[in-house]
Amino acid sequence: MAGGRFLRYIVWRLLQAVPVILGVTVLCFLMLQLAPGDLATVLAGEAGGASPGFIEELRARYGLDKPLLVQLALYIKNVAVLDLGFSFRHNATVASLLAERLFPTLLLMGSTLLLSVGLGVLSGLFAAIWVRTWRDHVISLVAIVAYATPLFWVGLMLILVFSIRLDWLPTSGMEDVVAFYEGWDRAVDIARHLVLPAITLSLFYLALYARLMRATMLEQRGLDYVTTARAKGLTERQITFRHVFRNALLPVVTMAGVQVGGLLGGSVVVESVFAWPGLGQLAFEALFSRDYNLLLGIFFMSACLVVLVNIVVDIVYVLLDPRIKVGT
Amino acid sequence: MSAPSTQPTDAAPVLSIDGLTVALPAWSDRPHAVENLSIQIRRNEVLCVVGESGSGKSVMAKSILGLLPAPHVRVTAGRIAFEGEDLLQVAPERLRAVRSGRISMIFQEPMVALNPLMKVGRQVDEVLQVHTDLSARARRERVLGLFDDVHLPEPARIHGSYPHQLSGGQRQRVMIAMALALEPALIIADEPTTALDVTTQAQILSLLKELQGKHGTAVLFITHDFGVVAEIADRVAVMRHGRLIEQGDSAPVLRAPREPYTRDLVAAVPSLIPRHPDPAAVDDHVLAVRALSKTYGGRSSFLGVRSRGVEAVRSVSLEVPRGRSVALVGESGSGKSTLARCIVGLEQPDSGAILLDGQDIAGLSRAALRPYRHLVQMVFQDPFASLNPRQRVGDIIALGPTLRGVPRDVAWDRARELLDMVGLQREAVGRFPHEFSGGQRQRIGIARALAMDPKLIIADEPVSALDVSVQKQVLDLLDELRLELGLSMLFITHDLRVAAHVCEEIAVMRRGEIVERGSTARIFAAPAHEYTRALLDSVPGKGWEH
Repeated sequence: MAGGRFLRYIVWRLLQAVPVILGVTVLCFLMLQLAPGDLATVLAGEAGGASPGFIEELRARYGLDKPLLVQLALYIKNVAVLDLGFSFRHNATVASLLAERLFPTLLLMGSTLLLSVGLGVLSGLFAAIWVRTWRDHVISLVAIVAYATPLFWVGLMLILVFSIRLDWLPTSGMEDVVAFYEGWDRAVDIARHLVLPAITLSLFYLALYARLMRATMLEQRGLDYVTTARAKGLTERQITFRHVFRNALLPVVTMAGVQVGGLLGGSVVVESVFAWPGLGQLAFEALFSRDYNLLLGIFFMSACLVVLVNIVVDIVYVLLDPRIKVGT
Repeated sequence: MSAPSTQPTDAAPVLSIDGLTVALPAWSDRPHAVENLSIQIRRNEVLCVVGESGSGKSVMAKSILGLLPAPHVRVTAGRIAFEGEDLLQVAPERLRAVRSGRISMIFQEPMVALNPLMKVGRQVDEVLQVHTDLSARARRERVLGLFDDVHLPEPARIHGSYPHQLSGGQRQRVMIAMALALEPALIIADEPTTALDVTTQAQILSLLKELQGKHGTAVLFITHDFGVVAEIADRVAVMRHGRLIEQGDSAPVLRAPREPYTRDLVAAVPSLIPRHPDPAAVDDHVLAVRALSKTYGGRSSFLGVRSRGVEAVRSVSLEVPRGRSVALVGESGSGKSTLARCIVGLEQPDSGAILLDGQDIAGLSRAALRPYRHLVQMVFQDPFASLNPRQRVGDIIALGPTLRGVPRDVAWDRARELLDMVGLQREAVGRFPHEFSGGQRQRIGIARALAMDPKLIIADEPVSALDVSVQKQVLDLLDELRLELGLSMLFITHDLRVAAHVCEEIAVMRRGEIVERGSTARIFAAPAHEYTRALLDSVPGKGWEH
């Protein structure tokens, strides 16, 4: 595949992303209007009630009194120059709030993805190699249990066992704020905090990948090219690792693309359970305080992330499978 | 002729199979895939093992190198003697050394027999890497040399290509190069040309013969096609239900088979002599296609990347006279199926006219087309995929008429009659497709087409998925019904033997164009176009008439 064509493909995909993200933003904006109440009513409610006049005054101050389409046009105009607005709730720009929460979320998402794909592929691989032995049965059984257990319950149980009973790992947060670790110590501290939420978030997909990988490996092993490889005089090990493994990986990559899309949604629960200071938790708070500017900012951000990751997945696919051509 | 050791080395068997029995799992329809089979193959000899599907010929071939799908299918008795060893007894490491080292294999479908994610050069290289101590550079040289030996163009480019970037013939040449890499004593070829086009098949067969002569290799060639046997076999062994029926030198077996089963098989191969006499010219056409064109794809994209699209059918004109059968002959990708899909109305042509009984149906909307739909009916290639597995045969046949307003019980009565007509029992209406064999299903497909009272039947390779003996029956049935009901037929096929058997006229298609048209007798006697001549030359076993 020619480098120029590849680059053109990426540019083309990025251009395509613009209307997608715009559409998501407009849709989110309009859908939020459907929910009753706004920032003014929340503020008034927290103040213990206010006169209708005061609420109107609040609305006017935050620009909520203008017609809906005008508000939308203003918002889109601002987003176009990457101005996501101001969160009156947090008294900070949305951009600064997002920037602050982006790293923890990316860290959690990244390690979750790595853990679930890595371990899932490995356990599926070994289950297929040991097919119909007790080791295969153990892997499959564990996978089914992990598959069927609700996420928040797993999180709570992990906290109960590893943090409270055994006291090996911290219960919540991203780092020990009072310890003031620096450099390497801080990294280790964050890693220790990361273990439980990452496991919780990855367990479902890990099990899914294990099952998918095992099934695909077994399916691929029955195909003709494997017989060819065997007729060449290759050992079973060479057949598995040189021929079957890469072919079996393709469906897992497809699935991983889907997982990334759902990761942010799933992280709302896990970030709340583990008090992880990420975007999910921020979205949760913003929703309940009717902080629509912030909420829209988070939606915008996650739309960008999902689109970006999808492009990356497609590129990985092209690299893995020579049959997929770019730019057609 | 199979006298032992006193003969010169050339006559001593390279491989000798004695009393081989392969057991099938308990849930199969018979206990053994191969039963008490004994055959020998000598140096510098091509032995063809012929049989229909389920005869056990492929299982036999796979058991030689221990490639059976263990543990369900396994050898229970016999010896496979090769170079002084019993391959059924040797250790796994030794068997791996024999694989490709001394005995190599070529498979039917080169697309699926090659790893889609690995460059073909690397896949051939692997054989040398596993079995020799050659350096990477020396191996590359050897692979390029092999590609040259099998007449692949631009070996260096092929070396770096993935399987999907090569044509079917090129892929099979790669497989042959792989099989030859270590100059084995025996090559087992399991239907190596079945998935290829006729002209490609002819090239691959002559290549195999050439290389076999050059290296003195023994070739065990598995096939279902007596034409191929006539083309390359020195000796032939006929298998049925896992047993050896007959073996001997190929010429006598092909000319005068001893066993009744072999006789039936040979008789079932359609002759290359056109069966229908040269017809008188007719002006009354059921179907007339005028300058029809269809291009797939070909749009310009946002960034100005313009794809040209594929011109599947290019300004094709064709007539089907009333009551005649016209063969549309061509290789894969020639556009014959696209043309058929346009005529049936499954595809909209870009330009041109399709006159059905004088009425132009090209470009009609779905609603406008509906009154004409029943006039053209199709019989499909794959009898397994073309019948809805969840519908009873009666519903499958009666659905079309019922949708046109025929009362259900009338349509079902008609379905029973039609089943009778295609040689099935009337009671079959209540059964499901999976209860029938491939040939029977194709009969159901024919009954379904007839149920609509069509004027024209389009048969798209209706027998290419069937065994030879069944093929003949279905062809004869189609022919009888056509004459009896006064139907016209457009018969799409790649097989000139089949065309000669059922069609009065032939249109030869290549790259979207009809290169030659005429009566079957004339085309066989005096082909005008060079491509028609090439096609006729490529028919396996053309010199053989039984």
